[in-house]
Amino acid sequence: MKKITHLLFIFCLAPLVAFASGAEVKLDKAPIHPTDKLSLQRGAQAFANYCLACHSTEYMRYNRLRDLDLSENQISDNLIFTGQKVGELMTVAMRKKEAKQWFGVAPPDLSVIARSRGADWLYTYLRKFYRDESTATGWNNLIFDKVAMPHALYQLQGIQSVAVKTVDDGHGGKHEVKELKQVTPGTLSKTEYDMYIADLVNYLVYVGEPAATKRVQLGVIVMLFLFAMLGLTYALKLEYWKDVH
Amino acid sequence: MNKRLDSMREWLDARFPLTETWKYHLAEYYAPKNFNFWYYFGSLAFLVLVNQLLTGIFLTMNYKPDASMAFASVEYIMRDVDFGWLIRYMHSTGASMFFVVVYLHMFRGMMYGSYRKPRELLWLIGMGIFFILMMLAFTGYILPWGQMSYWGAQVIISMIGAIPVVGQTLSNWILGDFMLSDAALNRFFAYHVVTLPVVLVTLVFVHIVALHEVGSNNPDGIEIKANKDPVTHIPVDGIPFHPYYTVKDIFGVVGFLIVFCGIIFFMPEMGGYFLEYNNFVPANTLQTPDHIAPVWYFTPYYSMLRAVTVNFLWIDAKLWGIVLMGASVAIFALLPWLDRSPVKSIRYKGPYFKIALTLFVISVFVLGWLGTKSPTPLYTLLAQIFTVIYFAFFILMPWYSKIDKTKPEPTRVTE
Repeated sequence: MKKITHLLFIFCLAPLVAFASGAEVKLDKAPIHPTDKLSLQRGAQAFANYCLACHSTEYMRYNRLRDLDLSENQISDNLIFTGQKVGELMTVAMRKKEAKQWFGVAPPDLSVIARSRGADWLYTYLRKFYRDESTATGWNNLIFDKVAMPHALYQLQGIQSVAVKTVDDGHGGKHEVKELKQVTPGTLSKTEYDMYIADLVNYLVYVGEPAATKRVQLGVIVMLFLFAMLGLTYALKLEYWKDVH
Repeated sequence: MNKRLDSMREWLDARFPLTETWKYHLAEYYAPKNFNFWYYFGSLAFLVLVNQLLTGIFLTMNYKPDASMAFASVEYIMRDVDFGWLIRYMHSTGASMFFVVVYLHMFRGMMYGSYRKPRELLWLIGMGIFFILMMLAFTGYILPWGQMSYWGAQVIISMIGAIPVVGQTLSNWILGDFMLSDAALNRFFAYHVVTLPVVLVTLVFVHIVALHEVGSNNPDGIEIKANKDPVTHIPVDGIPFHPYYTVKDIFGVVGFLIVFCGIIFFMPEMGGYFLEYNNFVPANTLQTPDHIAPVWYFTPYYSMLRAVTVNFLWIDAKLWGIVLMGASVAIFALLPWLDRSPVKSIRYKGPYFKIALTLFVISVFVLGWLGTKSPTPLYTLLAQIFTVIYFAFFILMPWYSKIDKTKPEPTRVTE
């Protein structure tokens, strides 16, 4: 019993610890447009090229990507590198156990990552990697300290380093701010890279809930119907209640 | 044609009380004619119940109550089942909306004194429904097997373990394991889809039977049966439930569906209140989330659980918290006997009751909000203050309801 009450106690205190350790970094707003099919197609390509080797989206089937106006042939020719069939789930060949040995943690499945983390977090995270020789991979991240994931997109973004600056907060106090600066340029310019990541995040948001666009479209029709019904049913009520005094 | 129908009905009526039931519960059930906005929520609760039962059946066709497959099966429903996303959102939104309408239904009863004699038993049956509803919500929330499903349930289960002497044994017996695992998921699934719905539907049936025995209260809190037509013996302020309240409730249903569908189609997560963001992470038994918050409808009670920070009478603070949390729900059942006012409705009650009820509502909202936050010393203090206010509403009621300056009740219902 004592153990359990201790456990409960830890649950209640755990948030405090988390609060103390997690430095709040302002997230950048992800400039995404869920209905932009071209952006989603580019995002799918980026995901297949750079993410899908380690990260599965195993609740998602390849042929679902027909939602993005891609044909089954286009999907198997451009997005499947593993010889899988187009109706199969987007899994990875890497075994979880081995991956855990290599990275410390197995790369998480990304099917619903946009729903748990949010688009803004992903957009910020993928742009805030910096070089840090003290970590196992040589990479660190501004909003996910000591993240196990190396910077898979560094060829595109180039290499950033971190500088700690002390800023006067205007009330006589001082606090430290971490700032990133470009050390080596990548194959993409900063703007191009931001757009590349926006497409990728847009795609991840789509993968998080493929039915979302359809949901909103159907919702508009349902609401129109219901508002019409509201008028009709109110008229019916008035008609019946005429004789109640 | 009509003749044939009539003879068919006679045949049925000789064998089953069809016309009698129809008349007793609908066509000749006389409800007060002055029902207002607050009287929609009973029928709406019934609507949500039907929604949960129907969508629930379709969900069980594809859901897999297996710790290694549950999370994936929910995503399978969201993606590969035709309109599975709609069925799932109807069920998840329905769960939250069930609490919305039931809370408003209960608040209606508190405003107009619907729990007072002769409706004490009706109120108690309603409390039973409320309790079963909470059990359903708890067992249902575990099923997607996300991080919040798992760790939220872990917190609740650890409460059972905190009961002195028998707690640990009881917890093992309930879970079928020494920790929350596949065994518990299987049995909670059974409770959620068979045991509890059967009990709930039975209680709702009994609730309606009891209501139709004593008759509905109304915003004036006076008995319409006290004023019957001398010839017909029909209450002069009563109107037949059907068609008057059936057509009125259909309008209410459409109004409700606008809100309900607005959430389903445009904001199914409701900003993380109806579907918590962290529950899109599969349950990980080795990783406690930074922040465990129950779904919104449990947060006031969760706040009160956390509000107790001192050991008292050799009993651990945590256990007191659990006792307090149980009491915060159970105390509603005492309302019929706590209220000593000579009038039922808030319309004729005095300022003390109005102030007390306002403070009570504020404390529920503040406690609910605090329950979603990580505790800080300030928040804990606030939770303690509002817990006291919450309980004071009930405990002081025999006193303030008696000395309150009430207005005389009318003899007939008012508009």
